[in-house]
Amino acid sequence: MSQKIVIIDYGMCNLGSVRRAFEECGASDAIVSSDFRDLASADKIILPGVGAFTKGMQNLKAGGWIEPLREAALDKKIPLLGICLGMQLLSDKGFEGGEIEGLGLISGEVRKLESKKNSTSKIKERIPHMGWNEVHHDQKSILFDDIQSGTDFYFVHSYYFLPKDNKSTIGQTPYCGKFSSVIGSENIFGVQFHPEKSQKPGFQLIRNFLRF
Amino acid sequence: MLKMRVIPTLLWKDLGLVKGIGFDSWRRVGTAMPSIKVYNTREVDELILVDITASAAKREPDYDAISDLAAECFVPLTFGGGVNSIEIIRNILKAGADKVAINSAAFERPELITEASDKFGAQCVVASIDVRKNSNGTYEAYRLSGTQPTGKEVVGWAKKLEELGAGEILLTSIERDGTMEGYDLDLIRAVTQAVQIPVIASGGVGNYEHMYQAIHAAGASAVAAASIFHFTEQTPLEAKKYLAEKGISVRNTSVRS
Repeated sequence: MSQKIVIIDYGMCNLGSVRRAFEECGASDAIVSSDFRDLASADKIILPGVGAFTKGMQNLKAGGWIEPLREAALDKKIPLLGICLGMQLLSDKGFEGGEIEGLGLISGEVRKLESKKNSTSKIKERIPHMGWNEVHHDQKSILFDDIQSGTDFYFVHSYYFLPKDNKSTIGQTPYCGKFSSVIGSENIFGVQFHPEKSQKPGFQLIRNFLRF
Repeated sequence: MLKMRVIPTLLWKDLGLVKGIGFDSWRRVGTAMPSIKVYNTREVDELILVDITASAAKREPDYDAISDLAAECFVPLTFGGGVNSIEIIRNILKAGADKVAINSAAFERPELITEASDKFGAQCVVASIDVRKNSNGTYEAYRLSGTQPTGKEVVGWAKKLEELGAGEILLTSIERDGTMEGYDLDLIRAVTQAVQIPVIASGGVGNYEHMYQAIHAAGASAVAAASIFHFTEQTPLEAKKYLAEKGISVRNTSVRS
């Protein structure tokens, strides 16, 4: 059975590597789409993206994605994976040059990382959080099948998702204290790191999502 | 804990990979594709690919080649060389690179850093600084592959680049480049103490202890290396084992106890 994977192209870059990673993980029918009508036939939806929250929401709005995306995820329960900025956009709101409304798919806010002054780490916590860091499992999830708690994934971001409900947090990462690096609610998931750039564990997570 | 990164640098001239000494005497060291495949299977933390003649030759990057290379690269890939407009950055990212390194263009038009950062996010904007030590002991930034002095003192320039919106600094000592005598620790320390963003140490590494020093003594978040991987038996994996034994946190499933 070939699933149709729709990777949303809303002008926030670098979708080639996302598509290639999904193909590498066995998704033979993965398309990069800039037409929201493709959501109607999607078996799985990927919302990738890097960059600024405001620009991301503006682009989603300009492309007519917002309502069809909400309908697909909330009403039709099509599995959705937000990656990096795509995860942050699942929230209710972000703060970057004022308050901006998000997609409202998982309740929470997006805030800027701030290094903790009294950190026990001898090494200065620099922002952006850039490089490989651990993801510790908070809850059992299909996304973590065959992945050990504490495995490193590749991060590059300055903002993080603060869920309203602790139950939305599936995995956490120790940086600037601790933040939710994997979130989920029913069929909707978000990962702050880049599975497509995280080699073996990243590909395992993608395969797990494909099996959901 | 965030892991310290070991990053092979691939310098690209015409169609082949090269490595020089002091930004000169380039030796051919193979073609890019097999190197990327090898580094990919060896699970390096990131790769930096720099087209060293693009800016001087005033030509645009070869997007098709970047796209072919990025297709085989499942770790974060930074591309530098000839990056001097938003349009070029867009095309490089579209071709599959994750970050761009901006060097010469930042002197001509510093706002490019801000525009790129606003548009694509600070995380994909690497400000690259090539440095020479002047006879009076001050550090000066050079442009066009180290051929032209800019009059900019390095620490001030690094702070300026951070302020403009760079997400990371790639700091290369031209004198140390290719010598394998060790990174310029004073230079690295001066910059890491002045900025909040991560700094990648580059230029001069000859052994794993040099990497340890750059991280432990000089505060680098990552160490870039070329010659030692091209011309010696030393490997990124062994480098990380060494660092781990010295108590530096690195990504490496095979060395985690």
